[in-house]
Amino acid sequence: MADVTTQHLDPHGVPSGAADASHAEGHGLAHGSTGLSNTKLAMWLFLGSECLLFGGLISTYLLYRGQTQGGPSHADVFDIPFTSVSSFVLLMSSLTMVLAVSSITRGDVRGSRLWLMTTALLGSTFIGGQVYEFTAFYREGLGFTSSLFSSAFYTLTGFHGVHVTVGIIMLLSLYGMSLKGKLGPERAEAVEIVGLYWHFVDIVWIVIFTLVYLLPA
Amino acid sequence: MSTSSAVRHDPLDEDKRAHPAHPGDLLYIKVAIVLAVLTAIEVATYFIDFRALFVPALIGLMLVKFFTVVWYFMHLKFDSRLFRRVFYAGLATAIAIYVATLTAFQFWTAGA
Repeated sequence: MADVTTQHLDPHGVPSGAADASHAEGHGLAHGSTGLSNTKLAMWLFLGSECLLFGGLISTYLLYRGQTQGGPSHADVFDIPFTSVSSFVLLMSSLTMVLAVSSITRGDVRGSRLWLMTTALLGSTFIGGQVYEFTAFYREGLGFTSSLFSSAFYTLTGFHGVHVTVGIIMLLSLYGMSLKGKLGPERAEAVEIVGLYWHFVDIVWIVIFTLVYLLPA
Repeated sequence: MSTSSAVRHDPLDEDKRAHPAHPGDLLYIKVAIVLAVLTAIEVATYFIDFRALFVPALIGLMLVKFFTVVWYFMHLKFDSRLFRRVFYAGLATAIAIYVATLTAFQFWTAGA
């Protein structure tokens, strides 16, 4: 009986399995049976699960924001014009991040390096603003354990700040890799994945800015 | 005896799925301008009295900004449907769980 085997060939006549393996190796990323990057899928799964984390923190804040126990309330301490500028800075860092992804995809390594550093600097400005804000609130008598409101507020915004800080570390790592010549267009997806994380941090702040700072209790 | 038949498949289809085309820089800049304008309107609600429209307007602006970033900057509008499903599943689960929690704590009726 004849043994019939079917082999998929790419345009160069190379078996597609071998081509996929070398393609994935070149990107440093594995493509599974979905034809999609496993690393990118993992990042989307992670971001989906992060919605649950921040959802819990935001809900807790909403439940406790009126529980000031005689201490300062949000109306006493929040500086909306200052936080608005911080929000704008973080929003614009999403633009510079997407420009970094666009540059590396085009093969413009110098451009991507510039946008990565700009994004890291904008993120650092946001964190600097948060440190300033926390210090000002503390001086006005709003400590971490002052009230249920303060604990919920610092936990929520602090967790977000830690996420931004992790993002800055990832951006600076990519910048360092780029300086060493290890971040060419073949690794564009690594920049895109860090970009997804960065944009997620931005969308979480969009929600926090509205629900925590702008909406009245 | 062994017979081998070679089937050519279109590598473009697979590559398109793995690395979909992204919009150009000009679109990103336009999106950023829209986001900046929406943020300015949001901040304006703090200084100008929008009366009954205040809360719905803020929530609406927040949702528009949220999904604009997700669709354009995170490329979910152009990327694989699987990524969309994975992310929206997490988001929908979070919203369902926490709306139920807030309801259980009488957040909507009694206030916090």
